[in-house]
Amino acid sequence: MALYRAAPWQKPLSLALLLAALALPTALSALDQAFYIGFATRVLIFALAASSLNLVLGFGGMVSLGHAAFLGAGAYVAAICQQAGINEALIAFPLAMSVAGLFALVVGAVSLRTRGVYFIMITLAFAQMAYYLFVSARSWGGDDGLPLNGRMTLGGLPLASDDALFYAALLALVAAMALFGRLVDARFGRVLQAIRENETRMEALGYPVFRFRLVAFVLGGMVAGLAGALLANLTGLASPNLLQWTQSGTLLVMVIIGGVGYLYGGVVGAVILLMLEETLVGFTAHWHIVLGLLLLAVVLFAPRGVAALFGPARSDEHG
Amino acid sequence: MAEALLEVSRLSRRFGAVDALKEVDFNVTAGEVHALIGPNGAGKTTFIHHVSGALQPDSGRIRFAGHDVTALSMHRRVSAGMARSYQITNIFPGLSALDNVALAVQGRNDAGSSFRFWRPVGREAALFDEAKGYLEQVGLQDKGGAAAGMLSHGEQRALELAMVLATRPKLLLLDEPMAGTGPEESARMVELIEQLARRVTILLVEHDMAAVFRLADRISVLVNGQLICTGTPDEVRNDAAVRRAYLGDHL
Repeated sequence: MALYRAAPWQKPLSLALLLAALALPTALSALDQAFYIGFATRVLIFALAASSLNLVLGFGGMVSLGHAAFLGAGAYVAAICQQAGINEALIAFPLAMSVAGLFALVVGAVSLRTRGVYFIMITLAFAQMAYYLFVSARSWGGDDGLPLNGRMTLGGLPLASDDALFYAALLALVAAMALFGRLVDARFGRVLQAIRENETRMEALGYPVFRFRLVAFVLGGMVAGLAGALLANLTGLASPNLLQWTQSGTLLVMVIIGGVGYLYGGVVGAVILLMLEETLVGFTAHWHIVLGLLLLAVVLFAPRGVAALFGPARSDEHG
Repeated sequence: MAEALLEVSRLSRRFGAVDALKEVDFNVTAGEVHALIGPNGAGKTTFIHHVSGALQPDSGRIRFAGHDVTALSMHRRVSAGMARSYQITNIFPGLSALDNVALAVQGRNDAGSSFRFWRPVGREAALFDEAKGYLEQVGLQDKGGAAAGMLSHGEQRALELAMVLATRPKLLLLDEPMAGTGPEESARMVELIEQLARRVTILLVEHDMAAVFRLADRISVLVNGQLICTGTPDEVRNDAAVRRAYLGDHL
């Protein structure tokens, strides 16, 4: 693959979508569909989580099957903070990011010494260990999870209303996408992508490959931790299921459907997958069959993901 | 003799039952072109892998520019001034030729940290200006925008050389730079290496004997993991053991 380059219309389009998102809660309320504000928040949060995985997977070339562990860690930190009497998101969210980032540092420091299928298995193993840890932690609710007593405040403002939490999630997503968008064009992002393309060559050019990968892995973990803390506020529960490998798989599917290595791949994938689920669940409990067909179609007709269909033409179909 | 830039002493490495390298003593003097030759399977590439840090020896020391680098990883040796090309072209095929070289410039110690997350590289004109200079040195000034994978084989070899140069090495490790190139490209590569040799020390592994005898100040001969001879081209040409082991029917 070539180095990522944003299409020229990408900036105006994302600004337009941002404006639409800002108006969404008002519009939904006016249409008497306020119920969907919570759903839209969920989409934003998963867009954030999937984008953080896309940094690791799409730009860093690290196929992690344990990314949900950082999502879950963030959710638990939020719940535990509240249990400890900290109800301010400005404290709890950075804490969630720090804990998830530290966890990612440990996981990455070990697993990034392996390659290919071993890396997949080790990240999976770490995530499952974390899952069983929380399942067996009685004081944190065991397999029932740890509930929150209502939502936190953000800088003193309550997130109790669906609108407020929606805007908080939107702010987090916009900040993360701004960072990722700058990052992939900056020195760090170019090095990261070049490592994905040819690790040996980068080492032979004098780059400490391991350190670059680890930093990207930790950054991805931190953003996933933020998504987890937001999710706990949305659902009112930090559940061990958030750390399950199936959750990691869902994030992977989002990135693959959306577009691996495309800046907005995670966002597009989260929107498509969650809207599909929301729509189909109304018709049949077996909506996963349709999801399977969709995945098949993506792999066959848009192997680079949906975002790639709209992305800039790339001259990298060769060698 | 001038000071040794690279000093390898009693380097050994076994792969299972095979002695790939046996107590190899070898040095490269600053400023020279030192060619390492030997029949297929003699251990030349294995030797280069050990010098560059891609492989670790079972025993022996490697000193470079006055420091023991035996335990250093590859990227640290590159920072210390050692750069290598590969027998099989090793570039970023999906990236433009210019981006390939710009990454090499960016990786250098004096180019500043690459842990920069915000400022677009596109605004760092110095990086690309310098990269263009290296492309020009290898005759690829018109190919900067082309995807590296689309270049001809000879152009890809030249591109790899430009990347290696961009690391501003003290010592160039060239592993069969002529491999797979046609006669014309080969002649251009010899000229290029001749020019480079005025500025940088070169350790050259090559099968093309005409090129070796034209370029090398000294030649070492490796056979079955053992160094059997080191000397000037004339000494090596007339060495009985070398003739027996290797050159006999070539010269």
